Formats: sequence, structure tokens, C-alpha cells
Amino acid sequence: MGTINHHLTDALLMSYAAGTLDEAFSLVVATHVSMCDECRARLEAFEAVGGTLVDECEVIQLSDHALDATFAMIDKMPEAPDAPWVRERSKDDVFPAPLQDYVGGDLDKVKWRSIGGGVMQAVLKTGGSDKVRLLSIPGGTAMPDHGHRGLELTMVLKGAFEDEDGYFGRGDVEVANQDMHHTPVAVAGEDCICLAATDAPLRFKGLVPRIAQPFLGI
Amino acid sequence: MPTDIAIDERPIPAAPDSYGAQAMQTPVSMSPSQNNEEFVAFVQRVRDDKDREAFAKLFRHFAPRVKAFLMKSGANEGLAEECTQEVMATLWTKAHMFDPSRASVSTWVFTIARNRKIDALRRMKRPEPEDLPWGPEAEPDQADVMTLRQESEKLAKAMAELPEKQRDLIQRAYFGDLSHAQIAEETGLPLGTIKSRIRLALERLRHAMG
Repeated sequence: MGTINHHLTDALLMSYAAGTLDEAFSLVVATHVSMCDECRARLEAFEAVGGTLVDECEVIQLSDHALDATFAMIDKMPEAPDAPWVRERSKDDVFPAPLQDYVGGDLDKVKWRSIGGGVMQAVLKTGGSDKVRLLSIPGGTAMPDHGHRGLELTMVLKGAFEDEDGYFGRGDVEVANQDMHHTPVAVAGEDCICLAATDAPLRFKGLVPRIAQPFLGI
Repeated sequence: MPTDIAIDERPIPAAPDSYGAQAMQTPVSMSPSQNNEEFVAFVQRVRDDKDREAFAKLFRHFAPRVKAFLMKSGANEGLAEECTQEVMATLWTKAHMFDPSRASVSTWVFTIARNRKIDALRRMKRPEPEDLPWGPEAEPDQADVMTLRQESEKLAKAMAELPEKQRDLIQRAYFGDLSHAQIAEETGLPLGTIKSRIRLALERLRHAMG
């Protein structure tokens, strides 16, 4: 566990612990936690909060045969215990396991698409309305503005970027919202590979409603 | 810490079945974390001996709570019943994954129920953090297990003492009524010490695995 300086917020860890966070953001959280024991400990503390809620939960009786039905279910299950993470991984892998799951392998398996200026992206398939993508930005280049105004999580997997909030190297995650106007620039040298999640674009905010208002009579 | 040792030496099957049977009938206000030591022993008996009696005890205590938890999270009774049985069966098959130096049995049950909830209710995939390599060779330190249990009890007590409004917010967050954007940046939860203990257990685990 190297030197990660920029961590996840309590709100993100709590909703991930509660299981209410969208898949796209959950992927960034799971990827960061895989590399950061500090956030893993914070996450497990939030899960302990969930444990106390189960303790305090009222009880609702199960049907009379529930225990027998569960034993029957257990008897039908395969005998072999599922080993913790059997995927073949090498120590040089750039992507932690959860990200490899979505990419179908490590960095060399990413299906990049150029979006101009030497920048490439690969949108990862997730359920829900939030989006998550991998970005590859040449060293010394400013990160493209993907016209987003909501919450954005950007985690560095390789290389580094810098902005008003400081230096972000491997494992660091930047949590930005619409109030921040950052211009991250990839640090000169190797390409900067990031995992970035954005929430659904907010419609009818800003200029559009002001124009539409007189016509819609609202 | 001699008092800790005294607690730890309590005979394990102290309260055989009584709390389980009562829990089926009455909404319980006792602090079940006090039973965590027994629950840990039951999970280990399930893991080591495939002990059905130990499993039945875990079932009697946790299944009615998991069912209530799933219904509070939006499942109807039929789905909650079905999912609860699956959650409990997962507890049997994953008993070897339980690390009592990092989580109480209630917390572990919570994470299994939560994952089932995401799958069944939200119909989403859940990306999970990479598992830490861990097996019999990394059997947790008994002192760590005991400290974690004490921290879990302290957390339960601290949560019981939170102002009503804040408790309500936390429950809404965990039962799915609040989005991450609606959760305050500072949750006000007293998690510092339990986090430090888990952090220490993680460090030991990493060290043990080289």
C-alpha cells in the first residue's frame, strides 16, 4: 500500500456500505478500496454500522419450514468452497480485480476509442444511469471537459495528474462536484490512465430552462 | 487487561437456545452484540465441522432479522422469505471467509444480506473490492478478535445514544431512502476507534501473507 493521499468521502463509503450507490460509482469505490487499506478500514467500519442495524432490527418470523428449506438448499450446493479470488493475476497488473472484471483483463485488454488530442476513452458497461469510463491522457495534456456538471470521481491508475487540489498519483481519487472548476493536467511523462465516474446529467438546469420557460409557461 | 480475559473465558454455549426462541416472538431490545462471542464460535463450528445445530442457532437469531431488514429495504414478504433463506445458506458456504478480527457476525450477516438485496431488489451488479488473500494460515489473532468485539459493542452503544434525528438519517441511508448526494459529508458517526482496529487487523493480515 503505497502513498495514497486523496481518499473517498464518508458519504460515498457509507452509501457503498449500505448498498445504495450506483454501479458506476461502486466500481470506482471498489477499485480504490482494493488499493487503499485506509479506505477499506473506513468501509468496514461503515459496514459495522450496518451490523448494528441488523442487531437492532425488529424480527419477522419465517415460515415453519424455513430452516429445513435452507438445509435442503445447502445440500444442493456444490461441495467445493469458493476460494477467495481465483483469477490469475500478476504482480505487475495495473488494474485491481474489480476493474479487471469490467475490462475483461488488464490494461492491454482495454478497447480504446480516440476522442481527439491524443486522448482516448473506453466507456465500461454498467447498469443504472451513472457512467464510468477509462481515460488515457498523454503526459502534459489537459484532461478534456466532458461537459459534466454533477458529481465526478476520478481515480488514477497509472501516471499522474495535477490540478488546484494538488498532485494525484496511482490510487489517488478526486471527488469533484459542480462547484469546483478544476483543470486537471496529466503530469509530463507517461500517459495518465484514469477511471472516471459521473452521475446522470442534470437536465433543465442553467441556460435551457431560462429559454424554455416563456414557451412552457412555467 | 485482566477483565477482558475474564469475559473471554465465559463458557461458550452459555445461552443455548433461549434467545433464539424468544427472538421469533418478540421485538427484542437487548443488545445482541453481547452474544457475538457465541455467534463467532457457531460460525467456526459450521466452518470446521459442518455443524447443523450451530447453524440452526445462527438461523434462529439472524434469519428473522434479515427478513425484517429486507422488508424494510422494500422487499415484499415472499421475496424477503426466499432471499433470507439464500442469505443464510450463503453464510454456511462462506463460513471460511469470515474474519472475526475485522467484523462481528452481525456485520458479516449484514454484508451478505446487503449483497443479496442489491442483486434481487436493485437488479444490479455489485463490484466488490479485491479479496485479501486469507486462509487458515492467517487465522486471526485472538486479541484482535476480542478488541473488535469490544469496539462493536461500543459502537452499538454510541449509536443508541445518538440524537433521534441523526439515528433516523442513518437508518434511512442504510434502508435505501437517501442517495449519496443526500448523505451529509460529515456523518457524525463515532467510527474512529473501530476503524483503527480494523486497520490494524488488515496490517497484520498483509504482514502474515508476506
